[in-house]
Amino acid sequence: MKAVSLNVGFIPLVDAAPLIAAQEMGFAAEEGIALELVKAPSWSSLRDMLVFGRVEAAHMLSPVPVASALGLGGTGAALSAVSVLSVNGTVIGVSNALAARLREVGHDFAFHDARAAGEALIRAKPADAPLRIGVPFPFSMHAELLYYWLSALGLPAPQSVSIRTVPPPLMADAMAAGEIDAFCVGEPWGSITVENGAGELLLPGKAIWNFAPEKVLAARTDWAESEEALLGRLIRACWRAGRWLAEPDSRGLAAELLSRPEYLNLPVEVLERSLSGRMVINGRGDTRETLGFVGFHKGCATFPWRSQAEWIAHQLAARTGLDRDAALRAGGGAFRSDLHRAALVGSEADLPGASAKIEGAVTAETSIASAHGQLSLLPDSFFDGRVFEPSRGK
Amino acid sequence: MSDKLSIIVVEPDRDRAMLIVDSLAEAGDYDIHVIAEVTGLARRVKAHNPDMVLVDIANPSRDMLEELTLASGPLERPVAMFVDQSDDGLTRAAIEAGVSAYVVAGLQPDRVKPVMDAAVARFNMFQRMRNELAATKRALEERKVIDRAKGLLMKARGMGEDEAYALLRKTAMDQNRRVADVAQALVTAAGLLG
Repeated sequence: MKAVSLNVGFIPLVDAAPLIAAQEMGFAAEEGIALELVKAPSWSSLRDMLVFGRVEAAHMLSPVPVASALGLGGTGAALSAVSVLSVNGTVIGVSNALAARLREVGHDFAFHDARAAGEALIRAKPADAPLRIGVPFPFSMHAELLYYWLSALGLPAPQSVSIRTVPPPLMADAMAAGEIDAFCVGEPWGSITVENGAGELLLPGKAIWNFAPEKVLAARTDWAESEEALLGRLIRACWRAGRWLAEPDSRGLAAELLSRPEYLNLPVEVLERSLSGRMVINGRGDTRETLGFVGFHKGCATFPWRSQAEWIAHQLAARTGLDRDAALRAGGGAFRSDLHRAALVGSEADLPGASAKIEGAVTAETSIASAHGQLSLLPDSFFDGRVFEPSRGK
Repeated sequence: MSDKLSIIVVEPDRDRAMLIVDSLAEAGDYDIHVIAEVTGLARRVKAHNPDMVLVDIANPSRDMLEELTLASGPLERPVAMFVDQSDDGLTRAAIEAGVSAYVVAGLQPDRVKPVMDAAVARFNMFQRMRNELAATKRALEERKVIDRAKGLLMKARGMGEDEAYALLRKTAMDQNRRVADVAQALVTAAGLLG
């Protein structure tokens, strides 16, 4: 049988791993598809490639399909998140100058306590100017985590925090040029900043939200609905790639694959840090271990919970002054748990009984009702202990 | 407000920027600014408050301009990407040529079209030049590798240059591979064996 070729766009980041592994490790071939992986220079161009049919599916920031459902950002076509490709995996870094001030105010760089790190940041920041923080894209989990974290600690945007877009490869330069004081970025760009001596790492994104949907597999909604069988093959291939990536034994090979010139074109050693959760946080080589720094499989990681999309919609609506209920209805529908479920029913994947959960309510690994009865959720709590109730509907 | 369409071209390469400006000037009477520096791009664009921004798709700094599409962004007036409101054919042509445009919402399509046509034509030419340059570079590199492989064969097997090349070519044909690939394999193997 000749494999059906699918164009799939990606940004060279560690969390593109499920797509790269799906192609390189044969999970795509098992489903009779061949992924033509297209490297994109920026998130906006990747989104346009998706909208205009240059690619059928793409590695995408989880808030992008939600934002487009809310009419934010310049897209013409409706986009659907059909799988979550990765949870967590981002890191917050600070400039050398800010790191020095954080030490002066007594911060220990323990790398797990978002409250302690945030309070130290507030003491260390200049009193007369907003804290300038770079993120890769206006609609990104990076931006959402920062807004959530800092406003909960009493540092509201835009009065006290200025969050601005800086493409990840330019993050270290922007920091060295004094354009930003801090950043939140996906790996390997945090580690690269440390390697270049431009800054230090303060906190993994996971410390703010324990189970944040980071990247999704996105497709045009009209394509996803008319090509459901083909889409199903892609979803299954990515699910199996995620399961493979979650095996500790796979890390070395995964890092090798990612480091190839056609993918990330970066040293294996730097890529292994985030895959193993052992991050080097400064130029002196201090390391910190973060369990589940980036997740591809465990805890039902690939499932696009409607409540995750609603949380994103809720945050976006609050910031842009949109009506909350309308935003939750429109944004929640951007995560297509129905398409994900349809693709995996009958496969070896176990699926949850529900399609929404109370975000932030799981504080310890918990078994849940599922088709095969073997599914458990990992902690998904927010650093401040708040929970988010999904809307009742559908 | 003047009636002239104000256009910002984001392009770090000075020669390319000048070529784009020339093409636009031929297409109409516009007020054109070039921004070469990518740091603080959104701030710089805001300072000019243009009707339209043109940027190379391959430029990762393009994501910085996304901030402008937020109603609460740096431009007072909401900005929409050109592709929202134009005919699909022109948009597709723009994407394929590698140019993105951001225009102020509500601008008449007939005012935007000549600018886009000129930009698309210019970017298509850049694309061709880029492809040609890449092809030339690759050819040069391949020739260097083939020369090194020939040298290795001449030394190891005591054969002449023509003979060495004939052997490379024959091996390539037998294995259904390119001469350059066979040469690269030989050079890599020789490097590993020391």
